[in-house]
Amino acid sequence: MTETNQALEEITGQEYKYGFVTSIEEDRIPKGLNEDIVRLISAKKNEPPFMLEWRLRAYRHWLTMQEPTWQNVRYPKIDYNDIYYYSAPKQKAKPKSLDEVDPEIRETFNKLGISLAEQERLTGVAVDAVFDSVSVGTTFKGKLKEMGIIFCSFSEAVLEHPDLVKKYLGSVVPYSDNYFATLNSAVFSDGSFVYIPKGVRCPMELSTYFRINASETGQFERTLIVADEGSYVSYLEGCTAPMRDENQLHAAVVELVALGDAQIKYSTVQNWYPGDKEGKGGIYNFVTKRGKCAGENSKISWTQVETGSAITWKYPSCILQGDNSVGEFYSVAVTNNYQQADTGTKMIHIGKNTRSTIVSKGISAGHGQNTYRGLVKINKGAEGARNYSQCDSLLMGDKCGAHTFPYIEIKNSSAQMEHEATTSKIGEDQLFYCKQRGISEEDAVNMIVNGFCKQVFKELPMEFAVEAQKLLSVSLEGSVG
Amino acid sequence: MPLLEIKNLHARVEDKEILKGINLTVNAGEVHAIMGPNGSGKSTLANVLAGRDNYEVTSGEVLYEGKNLLDLDVEERARAGIFLAFQYPIEIPGVTNAHFLKTALNAVRKHRGLEELDAMDFLALVKEKMKLLEMDPGFLNRGVNEGFSGGEKKRNEILQMAMLDPKLGLLDETDSGLDIDSLKIVANGVNALRSPDRAFVLVTHYQRLLDYIEPDFVHVLSGGKILTSGDKELAKHLEERGYGWVVGKDAKAVGV
Ligand SMILES: Nc1ncnc2c1ncn2[C@@H]1O[C@H](COP(=O)(O)OP(=O)(O)O)[C@@H](O)[C@H]1O
Ligand SMILES: [Mg+2]
Repeated sequence: MTETNQALEEITGQEYKYGFVTSIEEDRIPKGLNEDIVRLISAKKNEPPFMLEWRLRAYRHWLTMQEPTWQNVRYPKIDYNDIYYYSAPKQKAKPKSLDEVDPEIRETFNKLGISLAEQERLTGVAVDAVFDSVSVGTTFKGKLKEMGIIFCSFSEAVLEHPDLVKKYLGSVVPYSDNYFATLNSAVFSDGSFVYIPKGVRCPMELSTYFRINASETGQFERTLIVADEGSYVSYLEGCTAPMRDENQLHAAVVELVALGDAQIKYSTVQNWYPGDKEGKGGIYNFVTKRGKCAGENSKISWTQVETGSAITWKYPSCILQGDNSVGEFYSVAVTNNYQQADTGTKMIHIGKNTRSTIVSKGISAGHGQNTYRGLVKINKGAEGARNYSQCDSLLMGDKCGAHTFPYIEIKNSSAQMEHEATTSKIGEDQLFYCKQRGISEEDAVNMIVNGFCKQVFKELPMEFAVEAQKLLSVSLEGSVG
Repeated sequence: MPLLEIKNLHARVEDKEILKGINLTVNAGEVHAIMGPNGSGKSTLANVLAGRDNYEVTSGEVLYEGKNLLDLDVEERARAGIFLAFQYPIEIPGVTNAHFLKTALNAVRKHRGLEELDAMDFLALVKEKMKLLEMDPGFLNRGVNEGFSGGEKKRNEILQMAMLDPKLGLLDETDSGLDIDSLKIVANGVNALRSPDRAFVLVTHYQRLLDYIEPDFVHVLSGGKILTSGDKELAKHLEERGYGWVVGKDAKAVGV
């Protein structure tokens, strides 16, 4: 091994920073999964009957399904009866204001750099924080309310805005969609709900922060964002979890609906615990994210920076139904040590003159395996549809892998498709060049990797772009070998 | 004390011995030209001095300011004042020239006990140097060498050298691929940096560069050894008669 490689390994060998556990009293229901558990979850949340029925339909359907095996990831069989499906921080009563949130929980978010109160005061980013299964506080509510914007926990939305939930829940990801989405539909515990009324431009970034704290717990959150005609919203989700030896399942569902002329920008910085250097522990991140451009001229952009999780399996997708609608997917996925990622997007062109852009940057280091899987489908009626896809892979060292599976289905001959793909190795030549100019190895690696990801980072809101860059350098510490 | 002293240097790349006993002394203020046919080991010598991985020194020593150069890492050598202008400058996509250069400059300045430059001071300095090399400030926002023409890359190397203020500039075939106008600009840039505290080693295949940057000494490298040394007249002889003249003379001297 050359000196360069040794140094690279040192740089990439950094520890997971967010791995602490918070000791608070948890309100848990028994382990395992059956109809009673589903009923219990629903009862805990005082849900109206429509919600319970929906959950039960999903659960019964789930029993008929097989766990998928087509992804390019390996993991031991999951015992679905060995998981707690509901775990909530014990609170005397539902907090009415942020001041009533358990101080231990607030301390946890403080450690993560997300002080709910500070956020509200200083940054102008509205945060909904989900701790294990329930939402513990939504900041900025008052101000948003004045504009008619609804931003609250999913549980609250079910109780306070049942008509909206009924209308849109499952309209993009039906309860029968796929194994993990169906499981989520049966047992989801909380998540965020956003509704932006007609013609309103949401004046701040909306943000959810997810945290898995309890052990042996699955986190099944559900997010639904509806942008009514001519509205705009930018939404950010961030995630961390403590370090634990066992694997924890995270099976979320995100549904986006953009009506005519509406725009939704959804950004994710995912940093779930990836497991240790030997590949022990870490989060299984099996997520279904899909947006529907339901109206004409609507637009949905997914931007994701995926640095965490032992296994990531997600394909944020766009259904381009409205004429002239636009779908975008910008992704950076990092796999280091024994992490595996099978991620990409689906762009389904239905309306006329629909356009989609895919920019995927995969970085593999250590023994990491990084797979891009993308589908671009142009339906018969999608006259004049266009797609641009670019998939670049960067390899650090020679034990990691990058795989690209682009699928294309075209049923309309007027479609225009452009596809570019590259695979490069982080060059010893590039490193030598930087070092010969006096730049340290560590700075050089960061610089080269950030340059590689630039197209994606520039899509993130400013403050999160900075955060993403930092995360990237941390998760690559100790990588080429 | 000489700036650089190379004594009986042997080096190999991937089991192949390429440098077979180089001796060379360079004092501050001097300009040395190293000439020789393709494959004679000129770039290898430059890379060994810069400390590149996979270039293994098998015997001999190199002193820089009286200290063992071979003990230092690549970036330490750079910060101590060794600058290599690359024969083939590499592209770093997505990293702007400005960011790259500012990071490098501040790393070097920090090592030398100087204050780091802020964005304003950096811009003022780099724009002044760019004028000298007739470079458009727009280059600062482009990726490092990304889509640059051959001539632009070479000018960019000299710009970096001007910014980093080295004591020893190693220029590897800086003239190759340049049209006559670019060659003059690059040579002017180098000449402007000549000073009593700074030395240059110009590696070149052709004598053309030496018409614009006048060397104090000329050495002919062939088969991993310096066969003969002289002043700038030697370069002119080489131009007229070709390398066969020196190489052949040496071949006779050792009785082949
Ligand atoms: N990385 C390398 N691996 C193997 N051989 C090399 C490498 N670099 C240079 N060489 C060989 O070393 C010899 C000298 O090369 P070089 O120093 O580039 O010569 P010059 O710069 O004088 O043209 C050549 O025979 C070349 O093929
Ligand atoms: Mg050469």
